[in-house]
Amino acid sequence: MVETTLDATTPDLLEGPAGKPMSYWQLVWWRLRQDKVTLAAAGVILLIVLSAVLAPYIAPYDPFQGSIRKRLAYIGTPGHFLGTDEQGRDMLTRLLYGGRMSLVAGVTPVFIALLAGSSLGILAGFLGGRVNMLIMRIMDIFYAFPSVLLAIAISGALGAGLGNTIIALSIVFTPPITRMAESVTTQVRAWEFMEAARASGAGTLAIIRHHMIANVLAPIFVYATTLVSVSVILASGLSFLGLGVSPPNAEWGLMLNTLRQSIYVNTWVPALPGVMIFLTSMAFNLLSDGLRDAMDVRL
Amino acid sequence: MWSYIVRRLLLGIPTLLGVTLIVFSLLHLAPGDPINAMLPPDAPQEVVEMIKEQMGFNKPLPVQYWRWLKRVAVGDLGNSIATRRPVLDDMREALGNTFILALSAAVLGFTLGVTLGTTAAFYQGRWLDKLASATAITGVSLPHYWVGILLIIVFSVELNWLPAMGMRSTIGESSLRDVARHMVLPTIALSLIPMGVIMRMARASVLEILSQEFVMTLRAKGLWSRTVTRHIVKNAAPPVLTLMGLQFGYLLGGSVLVETVFSWPGSGFLLNLSIFQRDIPVLQGVILVLAAFFVILNLFVDILHSVIDPRIRRT
Repeated sequence: MVETTLDATTPDLLEGPAGKPMSYWQLVWWRLRQDKVTLAAAGVILLIVLSAVLAPYIAPYDPFQGSIRKRLAYIGTPGHFLGTDEQGRDMLTRLLYGGRMSLVAGVTPVFIALLAGSSLGILAGFLGGRVNMLIMRIMDIFYAFPSVLLAIAISGALGAGLGNTIIALSIVFTPPITRMAESVTTQVRAWEFMEAARASGAGTLAIIRHHMIANVLAPIFVYATTLVSVSVILASGLSFLGLGVSPPNAEWGLMLNTLRQSIYVNTWVPALPGVMIFLTSMAFNLLSDGLRDAMDVRL
Repeated sequence: MWSYIVRRLLLGIPTLLGVTLIVFSLLHLAPGDPINAMLPPDAPQEVVEMIKEQMGFNKPLPVQYWRWLKRVAVGDLGNSIATRRPVLDDMREALGNTFILALSAAVLGFTLGVTLGTTAAFYQGRWLDKLASATAITGVSLPHYWVGILLIIVFSVELNWLPAMGMRSTIGESSLRDVARHMVLPTIALSLIPMGVIMRMARASVLEILSQEFVMTLRAKGLWSRTVTRHIVKNAAPPVLTLMGLQFGYLLGGSVLVETVFSWPGSGFLLNLSIFQRDIPVLQGVILVLAAFFVILNLFVDILHSVIDPRIRRT
């Protein structure tokens, strides 16, 4: 649902700089720049992504090379700032590399679901009638499963692996995005300006370009960003259960699982991969909250 | 009223059928022939054929589905490959254990969520509101399996106050107090997400009611604030209640990770076990029962919602 009326509670943020006429996107950008928390969250995400991409260049050690003599070194050990894991591999290095698979497994499904869900939902909303009925009833069936359960069921049946994690989570996130897209499209279609545009001779393409993008895609996009944080937690959760990437690959959820046995030897090093999952999901949550406010979308 | 309930119940039937269809196809999602999952790789060909005949795997898929559905309808979920016992027997105790854990997490999470959310709404924009909102967003951002590990590290390893795993102590008599002590940490870990979600919803719906004119009228009439609060709660409750129903379902179906961390002998633990033993009948059974429960729970919440708020029935 897009709220076109200004929200009376936060007039300062919604009006934009006084006296300056702005386009929608300029206004969104202006609002984002005022929002310190969102900017910080975006900065954290950028940092995590960069450190994952640049891992081979900035990591101090080889992620797979361990040493029996240096197993489970404490945090702050000289040479191993964040300690070592149960095979004596450098934790900082493994955490940097771990971000690669965790981010891919967390973000890709939402992206796939965004493409599939918004196509299905917009189609259902635009065409209405039987097509709508068919698509939406199928999506309802997936709603009968709690999302964690559905993800575990599918990837449990498919077997372990990064690809299967992505498939399972894409299936989990498609129905909610479809539902959101359908409801927004149905609402926008009924609005008077759409009627007016059609009456004044605008073609379907022009209507889509001028009216659909901001009114339909914006809320769907904002909604999808709220799912990224859940997806990151779930993807790492699946590999925590042993359903994601296989050892000796570095992945936060998997690292949490293998290190879990060592808490009686070295208490705090096993907690580190969880810090990364938490930071990532928190940053995505804050970013999506900020985007929602800046884009003035009510979900 | 009754026509709404009947209509809603009828709508539940295709959903349940769809659920069975998805659960049935899980067996065929598994890579390779489902028969391979049941037999050792060196099983003689005659045995393979015999089992295929017995299980009906040589029939076309729709026929297989129909035969399976007929068995499920009378409560026969098949036998576990690992234990050879009926799946339902294996599940009964596990489901009960999951249920008590989910219930205690729900009570804790909902109480905290409603309290925080309502407080935040009444103090909108002030530091109490900001603190409550920060707590909520942290609650939904925390990976609960990691929180479980942290709780074990702090309360079991460092402080040695509470047990780290299982449901009962292996030595000594099993008492209610013993089970309660085992429940504390998993309950806290599980309650974070419902706490955060309910808090945000409670805050939003109380704020919406607060901004409505009738609240101002009540205040203007000089009504004592507790009376006004009662009106606000009555109006803000329905969406929060609906969400509570959903969240309880999520707790039941989503406790796999926390149950694994704490080795809690519930349905999630059983599910995890079945995945690694490739015990597809148990996998199907657990998911089918949990999903069916979720559908029924949703139905119940919808009907309850229509009782509280009669406007629902008209749509």
